[in-house]
Amino acid sequence: MTVKKITKADFTDLIEKVIASQKVYAPQAKGDKYDFAPLTSAGDMKLDYDVTLQPPKKYFIPPVETLLTFEVGGGYQSQFDEEKFVLLGVHPYDMVAINQIDKLFSDGHFDNHYMNRRTNATIIALDVVNASKNVFASEIGTATVKQGYDLLLTDIGDAYIAEAATEKGAALLAGANAADATDDDLAKKQKVQSDNELSLSKHLLKCPASDLPKLLEKAYDHPVWEEQAETCFACGSCNQVCPTCYCFNVQDDVNWDMKTGERKRAWDGCMLDGFTKCAPDHEFRKNRADRFRHRLFRKGKYVPYKLGGEIACVGCGRCVGACLPDIANPVNVYNRLFDDLGNG
Amino acid sequence: MCECCTTKKDIYLPQLATIEKMRLMNDTEMYFRFNMDDGPMDFIPGQFVEVSVAGVGEAPFTISSSPTQKDGIEMVVRRIGNVSKALHNLKTGDKIGIRGPLGEGVYPVEEVKGKDIVFICGGIGLVPQRSFINYVLDNRDDYGHVTILLGTKCHNQRFFQSELEQWTTRDDIHFLETIDEAHDCWNGNVGVVTTLLPKIESELASSEIMVCGPPIMYKFVLMALAEDNVPHDQIYLNLERKMKCGVGKCGHCQINNYYACVDGPVFKYSDLGIAPEAI
Repeated sequence: MTVKKITKADFTDLIEKVIASQKVYAPQAKGDKYDFAPLTSAGDMKLDYDVTLQPPKKYFIPPVETLLTFEVGGGYQSQFDEEKFVLLGVHPYDMVAINQIDKLFSDGHFDNHYMNRRTNATIIALDVVNASKNVFASEIGTATVKQGYDLLLTDIGDAYIAEAATEKGAALLAGANAADATDDDLAKKQKVQSDNELSLSKHLLKCPASDLPKLLEKAYDHPVWEEQAETCFACGSCNQVCPTCYCFNVQDDVNWDMKTGERKRAWDGCMLDGFTKCAPDHEFRKNRADRFRHRLFRKGKYVPYKLGGEIACVGCGRCVGACLPDIANPVNVYNRLFDDLGNG
Repeated sequence: MCECCTTKKDIYLPQLATIEKMRLMNDTEMYFRFNMDDGPMDFIPGQFVEVSVAGVGEAPFTISSSPTQKDGIEMVVRRIGNVSKALHNLKTGDKIGIRGPLGEGVYPVEEVKGKDIVFICGGIGLVPQRSFINYVLDNRDDYGHVTILLGTKCHNQRFFQSELEQWTTRDDIHFLETIDEAHDCWNGNVGVVTTLLPKIESELASSEIMVCGPPIMYKFVLMALAEDNVPHDQIYLNLERKMKCGVGKCGHCQINNYYACVDGPVFKYSDLGIAPEAI
C-alpha cells in the first residue's frame, strides 16, 4: 500500500491530466449546494463540500439505463457501458453505501450491468472536510471507511494524504508529483479521521446502531409509523436521495420504427404508491404508513439481515433535508422506538 | 467488459421460445404451451419464468406443467395487465422471451415423498399447483394419499375441465370441487374453498398442505387450518407478488424480510416466522 503526501496544487494538476484521458465525476457547486457532475476543469472540483444533493450511486445505477435492445418478435441483445471513469471525492458514508450495494448486486444472481460499471470505475474516496448540517455518520460507524476505494484522500490543511489501496489507485497516484508521507503526515491524517469519527453526529442515536435490528423486532405494530406517515406525501424523495436505496422498475420503450426498442431499468421507490401493485388492482402495501415502516425496516432490519448485521442507513442525512414534511429522519424514529421499547 | 462480467451470463437477458399451442380456456384465461428454442429447460414444480413480449414488457408466470411432461412448457395467462393482454394477442409460432426457471422456494417434491398431501387451490391458484399435482400423479407410488380441493368463482371460469373430469374418476386421488356462486349446470358444493375443509377434517393434521389462490384466500385457509391444529411446518404457501426482476434485486416482491422471487414463491409457513405481509 502506497501512502503519499501531495500538495493541493499538485493534486489539481494530477486531476487536470486525468481529465485529458478519462471521464471524471466530482463534487461541484450547484447553486449554494453541491452535486456530483462531470468535471471539465480540475479547478471546478469542490473537495471541501459538506454533502452532495444526490449520492454517487447514479454512476453505477443510472436513473435510467438500457439493459437490452430488442427486435419486436425477435431476439434480445445485452447492452453494457464500456467507458472507464474516475469517481472523485466520495465521502466515507457514500463509499460504505457503494460497498453494500456491491454485495447485494453480486451475491446470488450476479448483476453484471452494475458490476461492469463498478469495475470500470476508479474511486477516489475523500475524508469529510466540512460536516453537513444533518450528517450522523459517526452514529452509524460510517464516518471513515477502510475499503472499497482505489485511493483515499485526507485533507490535512495544506496538502492531501493519498493512500492507494489498489493497483488502479497506485497507478493513478504514480502520475502525481508527490512525496512519501512522513510519520507526522500520517499522524495528521489519523487526527482528521478520529475527529470525524466523533464529530459527524448532528443527530444523536440513543442506542448503538448495531442494536437497531433487535429494536425493530419489537416495533412492527408501534404507533410511530401511522403518526409519522400522517403528513407523508409518499413522494419518494427519501428513496431518491438515499445512497443505499436501489429498487428499480423495468420497462420496454419501442423506437420510432416500431420494430426495435430498448428494455430500460429506472429508479423506483418503495414509498411510492403502486410500488407493489399487481394487475388488475391488487396492491400489497397500499397503506402509506406500511410503506413508511417498510423503508425504515429495510434500513434497520431487512437489509442488515442480508449483510451480516450491517445497517443499511449510512448516516448521510440527505433524507432529512429532502423531506418536505420533515418526517424522514431515521434517527428521530429509531430514538422514539428506543424511548418506548428500548428497555423492554 | 471486465473479466468477471464476461464469464457470467446476463441475468436480465431472455432466451427465445416459440409458442406451440394457444387455447382460450374461458373468457379470460389463455393456455400456452411453448418450447425453448435452445433446447428443453429443467425446472422444479413451483418455479416461474419471466415472460417477455418485446416492446410491451416482462411479467412473471408460474409454470403449470409438470417437469415429467417433456412436450414443452405450459402456462395459463389471465388477460389482465399489459403483458398478459399482449400475450393473448399472439399466435402459434410467435416468439416470446423467457428468463428462468426462477425461484428457489419450490414445492417440497422430495421432502413430502411418502406423505399424504392436500392441495388447496383457489381459482387461478390451480395453475401453479397443477405442476406439482401432475408431478405427483406421474410418480403416484412415491406419495401417500392425495386430496385436491378446488374453489372456482363461477361455473364459466372453470378450466382444465377434461383434466378435472379425469381427477374425478381416478380412484387413487380424492378430488373435491366447489363453486362460489350457484349455477344451473352445477350440482356440487357451493361456497368458497374453505367450505370443503370440514369434509376432509380428519386427514388435515397428518397431511402436507399446499395452498395457492388469490391473496384474500390465504388468511381464511390458515385460520381454518389453525382450527384443525395443522402444524405450521406442514403448510406450504405459494405467494405470488409483483416481480420485475425475478432475481432478488428490484424490491417489488418483498414480503417483510423475504423476496417472493428468490426466497419463494413457495414458502413453508413455519419458515416465514413473523411476516405479516405474507397474508
